[in-house]
Formats: sequence, structure tokens, C-alpha cells
Amino acid sequence: MEVVQIQRRLVDYTKSLFMEGFLDGQFLQLQQLQDESNPDFVVEVVSLFFDDSEKLLNELTIALDQPNVDFKKVDGHVHQLKGSSSSIGAQRVKNVCIAFRNFCEVQNIEGCLTCLQQVKQEYYLVKNKLETLFRLEQQIVASGGSIPMIEMGF
Amino acid sequence: MLYQSMDGGCSDDVTTEIGDEPHVLAVDDNLIDRKLVEKLLKNSSCKVTTAENGLRALEYLGLGSDQRNAMEGTVSKVNLIITDYCMPGMTGYELLKKIKESSVLREVPVVIMSSENVPTRISQCLQEGAQMFMLKPLKQSDVKQLKCYLMKCRG
Repeated sequence: MEVVQIQRRLVDYTKSLFMEGFLDGQFLQLQQLQDESNPDFVVEVVSLFFDDSEKLLNELTIALDQPNVDFKKVDGHVHQLKGSSSSIGAQRVKNVCIAFRNFCEVQNIEGCLTCLQQVKQEYYLVKNKLETLFRLEQQIVASGGSIPMIEMGF
Repeated sequence: MLYQSMDGGCSDDVTTEIGDEPHVLAVDDNLIDRKLVEKLLKNSSCKVTTAENGLRALEYLGLGSDQRNAMEGTVSKVNLIITDYCMPGMTGYELLKKIKESSVLREVPVVIMSSENVPTRISQCLQEGAQMFMLKPLKQSDVKQLKCYLMKCRG
């Protein structure tokens, strides 16, 4: 496939992620921070997010599986996940975290369990999308092309 | 020389002297946020040290529990401290108070960041002497504002 075609595919794919709410403006902020001194910045930060989130999701699963759920502990983990997802622009994950925290506050176990399921779903979805995005970028770079910057006003 | 545009904001044409990079201490328990704030600050030509909690921050600043009185007559290593509010152990507010209690460090501006917009929290921090309160996630425009403020401070 021609570089130009892959570049177009990347632009369209990225735009769709914004349209569908998977990513928000904060992701663009990350991309804008990337430069020659740190050309892998976005991949590095997103990889940290993946590792961190998977740990948190495990902790949450264990914490909510206890006979006497420690809602403060659960809330602490969700707060972390909300912060990280917000910082990289993973909007849908962040939004589930907001609902999740509300259930923690009122100590609603059913609500928490539903949110856990939802947040896992959204996490794996956005992980998949971002991995696809990075693969497209790699293909472009490997073909000697440059990564097109997405304009905000689409 | 600092050039300012007519509306009082900062233009990007800031001429700095060689070796004039402000040194910022950034404190946050979240690894992703630490990496982000570090990059934001570095992109604004700041030297950055990060700490993952209040205790580590205090130790770096020379205010650790076993470093009492070692600060007498010394000058602060940093020009600005930016800290998250919600941290386990010592909150950003508690860290702010400890910094303001120190004769050497109380003049160093402290900026508090939080993902939550809680008016009582904001006024509590400002009353305790925080220079600014910023909402997370931080953006480039937030850090530009900070850099502007720092350059003004140095005259």
C-alpha cells in the first residue's frame, strides 16, 4: 500500500476515534508534546497507561470480590484510573470512572460491579483502538513517510 | 529581557540568558501524570525534578525529618513547586503547609493541581499561600502561563 494511502487511513481512523468519543482533546495535547527530542513520547505514555490500568483493574476485581468490600479502597483505585485515563484523553474510560466513583460513595455494590464490567470493556476497546493507531503510524514511518498531524477543526 | 504583548499576557519571544532555566519540582503519585507534567515543563525549557509523594519531595528540598536545621543559611534548589492535591499519606495541601513553615522555602511559589474542581479546596490552598490552583489534566497553555509567571518573578 502506498504511503499516502496509509496516511489517509490513519487520519480517517484517528478522526473516527474522536467522533465516537474514544479519545478527546487531551490526546491531541499528548501528540503535540511529542518532538524530535522524544519521538516516542505518546507510545511511552500510553504504554504506561496500559500497564497501570491493567494493574488497577486487577486490584478492583479483587477488592470487589471481598465479603466486606472496602469502598474507600475501591474508590482510591478508581480515582487513579480516572486520573490516568483523563490525562491521556481516554474519554469513555474516564466517564465510566466518574459513574463508578458515585457508586462507591453510596456504597452500592451492584452499581460498582456493573461499572467494573463497563470500565473493563471500555478499557479493552480503547486499548485495541490505540494499538491499531500505533501500528498504522509504524507502517508509515517504516515506508519512509511522516505522521500527519490531525487538525482540531474537523 | 521579557517582552509582553499589549494585553498583559506573555508573547513567545522570551529572551533568556544562558543557564536561566527555572528548576521545577513536580510532585504527583500518578506515574502517567508525572511523565506528562515533566514533558510539559521540559517543553517550556524548565529543568524538572519529580517526586512521587510529599515525603520524597520534602527530603529532596532538605526538609526531611532527619534533616532539620540543616537548611539554615541555604538557598532553595528550586524556583517552583507544583504538586497534586490528592496524594496518599501527605496531601498537596499538607505539603504546602510544610513548605510555608520553612524560612528558606516559604518564598518558593507552590502551585496545586487537582482533577476535581472543589471551591472550598481551592480557597483553602490559596489561603495557605498557594500561588495558583490548576485543574488537571494540564495543557500546554497552563504551563506557558506558569513559565510566564516564573520569568516575571526573576525580573
